[in-house]
Amino acid sequence: MKLRFILPLGAFLVMVIFLAIGLKLDPHEVPSPLIGKPAPAFTLPQLHEPQKTFSPADMKGKVWLLNVWASWCASCRQEHVYFTEFARANPNVNLMGLNYKDESDAAMQWLARLGNPYKISIADKDGMAGLDWGVYGVPETFVIDKKGIVRHKQTGPVDVMILQTVITPLIEKLNAEGE
Amino acid sequence: MKKLLFCFFLLSQSVYAEIEVYQFKTPELELRYQTLTEELRCLVCQNQNIADSHAELAQDLRRKVYEMLNRGETNPQIIDYMTERYGDFVLYRPPFNMKTLILWLAPILTLLIGGIGFWSLLKRRDNSNERLSDSERARLDKLLHTKKSDSK
Repeated sequence: MKLRFILPLGAFLVMVIFLAIGLKLDPHEVPSPLIGKPAPAFTLPQLHEPQKTFSPADMKGKVWLLNVWASWCASCRQEHVYFTEFARANPNVNLMGLNYKDESDAAMQWLARLGNPYKISIADKDGMAGLDWGVYGVPETFVIDKKGIVRHKQTGPVDVMILQTVITPLIEKLNAEGE
Repeated sequence: MKKLLFCFFLLSQSVYAEIEVYQFKTPELELRYQTLTEELRCLVCQNQNIADSHAELAQDLRRKVYEMLNRGETNPQIIDYMTERYGDFVLYRPPFNMKTLILWLAPILTLLIGGIGFWSLLKRRDNSNERLSDSERARLDKLLHTKKSDSK
């Protein structure tokens, strides 16, 4: 007789736990299968000097960040403040900007007005390099180690917390690693 | 004001007409394009496949599928390309592996548990029918009988 009440109650509790976990998950945060894999190659013109190109292979032996952004993206503007501050405070960090599916003029104006935290800006006009990197919602930020392996991906805008607690310690750790 | 509204209406029409049309060398290629784009999830609007979605990312993914098909790549190669970048989540039909074990087995398990529960319920009901003792049967007969004579 007792079991008759305990069983449905137990089943109900299990369901509640599953639903509670489900509520906490963000379905928009798709874990990147790129972590631990070599950074996808591309060769693209630089935003400010289109005759020059940039390729991830150029960064071999260095720890670097790739921030994917666009001038049409509102949350990029939100995180931009943090990146400009971060770049000012950490001039040694190789922060590269991948200007994703954007007009070059609009992008350069945006940087001129709001500040340019990037060592090099790369123009990915048709978004095909972004596609190769598994970009599905700008802004996204990747951390690549000295061997050219993607070690971290931040989907969505960064803030002071993420830069201080996730990105900076990771860069320090990767800088200490050998090539 | 009405004229302005009408202009907006025209504008909105042109937005919807923007879905791109691809030319294929063979009908087989076109069919493969259709099945592939129907099986791949758009990661921006996650309840749509890339064939139905108007999101820019879906457009790019469609273009990628088209280019890869034209290059003569096979369906598994294209699916692999997508999962290497976006994970299994990009597939509407998730593969069967350790991570998706619960997902695939849950329906069978629930059916099994429900079936066992239902079966034991039926069995219990059968038993309770048989459990009527002789004296109880006699009482029941008597009750039924008196009821009959009352109504007369």
